[in-house]
Amino acid sequence: MIRSEILREIAPIIRDHLVVCNIGLPSQELHMIDDQPTNFYMLGTMGLSSSIGLGLALAQDKTVISIDGDGSVLTNLGTLPTIANNVADNYILLIIDNGSYGSTGDQPTYAGKKTKLENVAEACGCENVITVQDKDLGPVLQKAIDDRKMTVIVCKCDSGNIKLPVITMDPVVIRHRFMQAVQA
Amino acid sequence: MNIDKRIVDDLVANDISFVTTVPCKQLAGVIDEVEARDGIFHIPSNKEDEGMGLCAGAFMGGKRPMIIMQNTAIGVTINTLATLTQYYRMPLPMLISYRGELREPVACQVEMAVHTKALLAQMNIPTYHFHWQKDVEEFDNILKYTFMCNKPVAILTDANFWGGYGDQ
Repeated sequence: MIRSEILREIAPIIRDHLVVCNIGLPSQELHMIDDQPTNFYMLGTMGLSSSIGLGLALAQDKTVISIDGDGSVLTNLGTLPTIANNVADNYILLIIDNGSYGSTGDQPTYAGKKTKLENVAEACGCENVITVQDKDLGPVLQKAIDDRKMTVIVCKCDSGNIKLPVITMDPVVIRHRFMQAVQA
Repeated sequence: MNIDKRIVDDLVANDISFVTTVPCKQLAGVIDEVEARDGIFHIPSNKEDEGMGLCAGAFMGGKRPMIIMQNTAIGVTINTLATLTQYYRMPLPMLISYRGELREPVACQVEMAVHTKALLAQMNIPTYHFHWQKDVEEFDNILKYTFMCNKPVAILTDANFWGGYGDQ
């Protein structure tokens, strides 16, 4: 499966939760598949989906799912020790690990070579790290939400992109709509 | 006057309850004070752009955030300030140790100090420079201003403000 197929499959599972979605194609895909006020789309700032999600989870009680990529986590690798040492049981980091920088033309990442992000997360002190194959993600994600225990999921999948438009919604509108959903 | 306590009293009075820090020798006292306060959640960051991401999330979660860092971080965070904090219009007070200014003992710090105000000006970030200890009297107003206008705001605090490094 490629990322857009995964997002299509988990859309019903994440729809009722706060989602912080990674820059570029992941946000464009989620926006096209199932736009929700509970989605925060990143239009810039590669690498910070996990940090924004953690800050949000620590600030309020609703479940937060950060959708990130292997390339973005590598960009902000310092996020993993911060997550490990500031446990928020309403926080799930979902790393879609396709071993490539999808939005920029599928250049290979080091996660697609020798580096295993699940091992990095564990070495950083993250306690619930689950590695899952794309087709098996749905039930694993649902269980992580139900368990209310901070979880890092590394979902292995194929690289590949679909053609789709950019998000034209104004960033302040995205943020305002999202904050209203957080408070609802 | 205990300057560290005074600064953190102003944070609490302005309902700032989520503070991320990247350390600096000059900021050690204020970071200790942030850590000690019950009303503030202190989360150290590994890098300042990561900290700004945490602050963005905390703000959207209903908390008033703040970042405490060195001026060298301006070189690290330009993209984050432009495409996250400013683009989504989020408030972020930045208490910054202004290394490389008067009474600085480490020459290399001057190399970023000479760029600091120019970079902040280029980013249209409101910037205040505390040089004398009495300048702290403006801090409360600056915090109120930050959350009024929903912008990142820089408070540069030099070695003279913090009392220098001893006999120099």
